[in-house]
Amino acid sequence: MKLLTHNMLTSHVKGVTKGYPLIIKATEVKVNELEFNAQFVSRMIPKLEWSALIQAAEWLGQSQDLPSALIPDYENDEEFLRKVHRILLEVEVIEGCLQCPESGREFPISKGVPNMLLNEGE
Amino acid sequence: METTELRKTAGTKYEDLARGDQICGCTMDSSMDSTRSVRRTKEEKKLLRRQIKASHTLLKHEGISTASHPTKHLVVSNGGLGNGVSRESLLEVLKEGGTVESLLTPPAKPYAFVTYSSTEAGQNAYTLLNGRVLQCHDQRVALYFSYVEKVDSDRSVSSALPPGLSVLEDFVSPEEELQLLQAVDWTPHTDDVTVQKALKHRRVKHYGYEFRYDNNNVDKDKPLPGGLPAECDALLQRCLADGHISVLPDQLTVNQYQSGQGIPPHVDTHSAFEDPILSLSLGAKTVMDFKHPDGRSVAVVLPERSLLVMKGESRYLWTHGITPRKFDVVPVSEVEGSGVMTSDLSNLTLSRRGTRTSLTFRKIRHIPCNCAYPSVCDSQQPPSPPTVPVAEGDACHLEEQYVHQVYEEISSHFSSTRHSPWPHVRDFLLSLPPGSVLADIGCGNGKYLGINPEVISVGCDRSANLVQICVERGHEALVSDALSVPLRSGSCDACISIAVIHHFSTQERRQAAVRELVRLLKVGGRALIYVWAMEQEYNKQKSKYLKERTTGASVERSGELKTEENMFNQQEEHDRKIRSDMKCTEEQNVTQPRIHIHTNRTAFLSQDLLVPWHFKCNADKNKGARSGSTKGPLENTSEGPVFHRYYHVFQQGELEEMCCCVTGVKVLRSYHDQGNWCVELEKTHCNSS
Repeated sequence: MKLLTHNMLTSHVKGVTKGYPLIIKATEVKVNELEFNAQFVSRMIPKLEWSALIQAAEWLGQSQDLPSALIPDYENDEEFLRKVHRILLEVEVIEGCLQCPESGREFPISKGVPNMLLNEGE
Repeated sequence: METTELRKTAGTKYEDLARGDQICGCTMDSSMDSTRSVRRTKEEKKLLRRQIKASHTLLKHEGISTASHPTKHLVVSNGGLGNGVSRESLLEVLKEGGTVESLLTPPAKPYAFVTYSSTEAGQNAYTLLNGRVLQCHDQRVALYFSYVEKVDSDRSVSSALPPGLSVLEDFVSPEEELQLLQAVDWTPHTDDVTVQKALKHRRVKHYGYEFRYDNNNVDKDKPLPGGLPAECDALLQRCLADGHISVLPDQLTVNQYQSGQGIPPHVDTHSAFEDPILSLSLGAKTVMDFKHPDGRSVAVVLPERSLLVMKGESRYLWTHGITPRKFDVVPVSEVEGSGVMTSDLSNLTLSRRGTRTSLTFRKIRHIPCNCAYPSVCDSQQPPSPPTVPVAEGDACHLEEQYVHQVYEEISSHFSSTRHSPWPHVRDFLLSLPPGSVLADIGCGNGKYLGINPEVISVGCDRSANLVQICVERGHEALVSDALSVPLRSGSCDACISIAVIHHFSTQERRQAAVRELVRLLKVGGRALIYVWAMEQEYNKQKSKYLKERTTGASVERSGELKTEENMFNQQEEHDRKIRSDMKCTEEQNVTQPRIHIHTNRTAFLSQDLLVPWHFKCNADKNKGARSGSTKGPLENTSEGPVFHRYYHVFQQGELEEMCCCVTGVKVLRSYHDQGNWCVELEKTHCNSS
């Protein structure tokens, strides 16, 4: 699971009103080098919940001093974009779990796959 | 009543033609010329009206377009074998018009095609004979003529016998025939050596075991004393020696049909009898109708003293039956012929039926049937097949058992058969602007996740095994349910749901799945939905799914349709007929409403079905090498278990209607694509939920 995906994920446990972001409890994290594409990353940034991304990166110890608020004019800041590229696309959670911040329900991550299935009635 | 035959064979669609039959008694005034006569008499107008109506019916139901100018070819409405008009009496009338070059009389059709020696002769016949009334047996028939550009002599139905069927002519001598007929004693007895019954449509007598019409089976532990008549020994030994059977039959059913009697279409109960089944015709010939579930139909002449051998597909999958009627359509030639009689339409006429006695020899089956035709196999019905659910809990349970568990089991084999993206889905994905966020809800093995590399794609699927395949391929994917997707509302520029929603077993759940897709979209975002269509033939095009069927139902893919296209192309007509055939089967149980088991590569007979998946064991071993070119190893199939997946196939309009009930969206377009109904939606405003 990449942090890009995590940024979209939310808890869907019944009755939960504040299920975002899911807390990451990782036991195995991998970093895969990927080709950097400044334009692609620039396009992604407005689609993100920035603070949730920074929070996730911090949980994994990967925040690289990224600011907690999005900087203006980021399109032209290659250094910034490279850092975002790293946390967004290169860092992957392989094993661990995701936890709903409100209900505490945990969802396992195994071999890079989060299992978000709920039981009947959940 | 020969007109009843018309309605039986052709259904209601010819009633227009037939209704006009009896009343119109007028003969044509030969001075009638449609281009010249300005003032028509009432009778003339009536005739013209009927003729136009007849040509419309031909176009609408048979695809026969008539020409507005004179030609030498004419179609004679009502002058067909299916209308009780014999070839001889029709020809006699046609000759009055001029020299007849050829006459085609398609079986069971209420029309015929005549070709005259010249256009003049054709025109002459048209003016002279239009509206002519024929006295045929006990009814009067009015003939209406229309010109056609040409007569397609290939307008014949499939001329091949059903696979596995053979008719051995003169299998017994006239002496043996007499001996066998005498061996069957129809005088009522009180002994219990045989069981004799007068059924509604025929007389029947059982030897060896009683065939029970209440459960369409035999009591295998209750053999009748006496076994089979000794008179049958010689002929059964001959069957054995000739290799038609490998073991001697131990059950005999004797049916006696008077002229006009028949037997409804049925498949002999799989679990009751082995393969093959033998049937000896004595006393008179008949025509037996064989029907494939997809609507193909083959009429087979069974001459007296012939032996019918039904093996394999013809025994297990095709229904056979005898239409109750007094006349059969048979080849003209006096030389007795067996087999299919539809190959040469210029060579057919009517033959009056005599009393026929058939001896059907079967071997009782002691272990469950494991044929390749689960849709019609009572041994292979899943244990207590489910009914269409109403309550939410039942629906969840059904989907758990017949969707989720199955996909987990078949995931690797399933994935090895899913590698080509559907072109219209690909087009949709490539149309998304760079940087779009895409969610594929029900992504399977992820074949759509990498189509557009400029797009951020996340896949969801209920099957952990399939999601694992996606992730191994480098895609982002997670395990989740399509009714509760753990993604932020409004986070997606686009969503696709390809072949997913048809797995939900209630209307509420299918609609909820659409609502969930829409929830994920941002305003202005688009969703593409594909579901399997009830209509596998659309605009006269068969879907790939139907075309890819091969001879064995167990083969899931590859190969061309081996049989000829059949003459009928009115799917509705087919389906209606098949359904009614199924209903009236006498020897196959009509059970409680439950979900029908579908036979692969055939037309759908109901909207809620269980579709068998024939698991190929070796595909599992290829788990490591799941590349595109898996065609080779897939061919060496070893027999594996059969899984049943639940589907709700959608009728035309059903998907759009469902989507229109979801608030905040509009349907951008909807279309039929290779046996699927498809819609593209746009989210127009935010739903507060």
